[in-house]
Amino acid sequence: MNTGTQTNQTDVTLRAWLLSDAPTSRRQAKLASIYRAWLSFRSNPMAMVGLFILMMLVFVAIFAPVLATHNPLGQDLSVRLSPPGENGFFLGSDSLGRDILSRLIYGSRITLYIVALVALLAPIVGLFIGTAAGYIGGWTDQALMRITDIFLAFPRLILALAFVSALGAGIENAVLAIVLTAWPAYARLARAETLSIRNSDFISAVKLQGAGSLRIIVRHIWPLCISSLVIRVTLDMAGIILTAAGLGFLGLGAQPPSPEWGAMISEGRRFILDHWWVATMPGLAIFAVSLAFNLLGDGLRDVLDPKGQS
Amino acid sequence: MTVNNSIELEDVNVWFGEGVKRVDAVLDASFAVEQGGSFGLVGESGSGKSTILKAITGLAGNWQGKINIMGKPLGETRTDEFYKSVQMVFQDPYASLHPRHTVDHVLSETLSLHKFDNIDERIVKVLNEVGLGQSFRFRYPHQLSGGQRQRVAIARALILEPSILLLDEPTSALDVSVQAEILNLLTDLREELNLTYLMVSHDLAVVGHMCSNVAVMNLGKIVELLTIEDMRAHKTEHPYTRELFEASL
Amino acid sequence: METLLEVDNLKVTFPTRTGNFEAVRDISFSLGRERLGIVGESGSGKSITGRSILRLIQKPGIVEAKQIALHGENLLDFTERQMRKVRGHRISMVMQDPKFSLNPVMKIGAQIIEGYRLHKNISKAEARIATLEMLEAVLIRDPERVFDAYPHEMSGGMGQRIMIAMMLIPGPEILIADEPTSALDVTVQKEVLEIMDKLVRERGMGLIFISHDLHLVSSFCDRVLIMYGGRIVETCQADRLHEAKHPYTRGLLNSMPILDQPKKYLEVLSRDDTWRDQLSVSGNK
Repeated sequence: MNTGTQTNQTDVTLRAWLLSDAPTSRRQAKLASIYRAWLSFRSNPMAMVGLFILMMLVFVAIFAPVLATHNPLGQDLSVRLSPPGENGFFLGSDSLGRDILSRLIYGSRITLYIVALVALLAPIVGLFIGTAAGYIGGWTDQALMRITDIFLAFPRLILALAFVSALGAGIENAVLAIVLTAWPAYARLARAETLSIRNSDFISAVKLQGAGSLRIIVRHIWPLCISSLVIRVTLDMAGIILTAAGLGFLGLGAQPPSPEWGAMISEGRRFILDHWWVATMPGLAIFAVSLAFNLLGDGLRDVLDPKGQS
Repeated sequence: MTVNNSIELEDVNVWFGEGVKRVDAVLDASFAVEQGGSFGLVGESGSGKSTILKAITGLAGNWQGKINIMGKPLGETRTDEFYKSVQMVFQDPYASLHPRHTVDHVLSETLSLHKFDNIDERIVKVLNEVGLGQSFRFRYPHQLSGGQRQRVAIARALILEPSILLLDEPTSALDVSVQAEILNLLTDLREELNLTYLMVSHDLAVVGHMCSNVAVMNLGKIVELLTIEDMRAHKTEHPYTRELFEASL
Repeated sequence: METLLEVDNLKVTFPTRTGNFEAVRDISFSLGRERLGIVGESGSGKSITGRSILRLIQKPGIVEAKQIALHGENLLDFTERQMRKVRGHRISMVMQDPKFSLNPVMKIGAQIIEGYRLHKNISKAEARIATLEMLEAVLIRDPERVFDAYPHEMSGGMGQRIMIAMMLIPGPEILIADEPTSALDVTVQKEVLEIMDKLVRERGMGLIFISHDLHLVSSFCDRVLIMYGGRIVETCQADRLHEAKHPYTRGLLNSMPILDQPKKYLEVLSRDDTWRDQLSVSGNK
């Protein structure tokens, strides 16, 4: 049902082309299915809010030098702990006189770095291991799952401590610790999906055409697992950011004077009663981004997970 | 005068699991399907009829006995040559196509697996053979009706140019009016392409329409082998066959 | 014959992103103490019709009708609370697969008693006796054992008989059976249908039998309604089905393979778009 007027002739034909019942090329079919998924996603207002916030995060990270009003590392003890709005500090200044807003802006790069690394590494490792274990079964499955169990047994913070003492403190080691403790959950998810798909008729059919295990896993099973992994990692992202912030809070992650949001909260702990903004501003930033990921994840699940719909 | 048999089974047993957990699905099955013939396996659920197909294709279960395809005995694994001679159409059109692959993808993947050339030409040809126009080529399964999906499944089975088609209840999940179309298509294809059919069904009327010979199965055993003429003339011997007959009519 | 149920101008619509989908388009029929069959293919609206009578269609589906009258009372005017008293007690429904309609984690006896005591204020002991009697009535040979068993231990045919027992024990006047035997083997189908038939007759109930199987419905019911595209295209007495006039019904009848009548090609139903536009035929007795 096309509501609204289409003033542009090309708009009409592009949309019609994308929604056509009988695509005439591989490219058209692929684009059409992406477009349909987008339309479905777009009808969920909360998910759009989440997407918007995350796009803002990316925007801010990219244009940090332009957007920041002050040098994030620039100290000026004469204006330390200024309230928001005074002395040219939009969100106030911290205990060393640094502009909180600028630090938040530059800190978004660190947040994005953490998100990107974890989102790329953990699910991919999990996908490889989970689908191999689920499809091949037998001893391979047992061995891979026991390895998974070993990694699942490590509490994140303890592992981070171990890394820090072995390799030195820093955001990279904190992220590594997070990835190493996050991938097992994705492996299990991928394995569960594989087990439920493995005996489907369409898998039997392609086996009957002579396809080998590798092709089946990569071309047939992965495409079906990817949706649940994407949804899961998006919903987990809030927790991951909080964990990284927690590590930063403990001094195990980003090191001073790096403007990592968790570390900023830690620095502001002492002043929370009289100079609330030093800890609260970074806290709100973490809250906003975590919420955004949750909303995005819910929206993606509604679009990608067919079980909730007919 | 020897008749060439496309499929021969002799004392075939198929079982799942080992030791205490062993379940015998098929016991001492023996029958033969002539080249170009159409043979039906009828029975109720749990009779073992689908399991025989799975044993032939190597998709499930452990088996022992003799199975000859085009005169050659089957071994532990299936070769490329086997896949190019024997193909299967599955029962549920909603489960036999990968939900994320277009029709074109499904057909071209098969061709590239066996290094066929002229992929585009062959796809166009097979889609015409099964009565689907070119407008269906780039659709996803959820954009197709049950009958259309089953046609795609048949196209997928035919694209490797096999000589034997195994049909596992190919129309039981379809509406009656769609079933008629698909059965007519299968009738035409068998004639045009000189195929041999081994069809599994619980529906006596469908088997009566499509097949010339029938094996009636109950609890894993073949209880009777008949021709369709015998069936129509009610010349059935085994009591189970009679029971099945009476319940169907 | 007394009229138990009257459905007038029933319309069921589902709003979707691409427009309103009309699953049932203005049908009317009535049910007496008889066996009424509703036949159609998938998408004809037959199952939705059955569910609308019990007001089981959830939002966003919209059910509209001039009336759905049970003994003259319009069910559409009932509150949800009043409908709960109707469901199971005055009108019951048996569905296709007992695997999905029986609670897998409750023992069978407990489930039947639970449903029964919702409608009748009796003690557990009395309910148990009534349940065992009902299980015997559906020809279950060992009711005590079945009472204490779980659904997954039962075969398909037994599961369906248990469903029938569960649905008939509160003594409803009308039974709606939605493809009750489609998931069963052919030899078991006959048994289950015979049991259902016997019980419906003994209790003087009305039966609405929904199925895609034209021959089955005609051999089992008194009267048949044939649905297509949300409308009733034809009604006839079950034993006069071969005299059916509408091209859709004739097409359906002719497209089925018949063992005793071999032919090379089955007649293919050629659908006519005008069938969707014709008004529904009235299904009143």
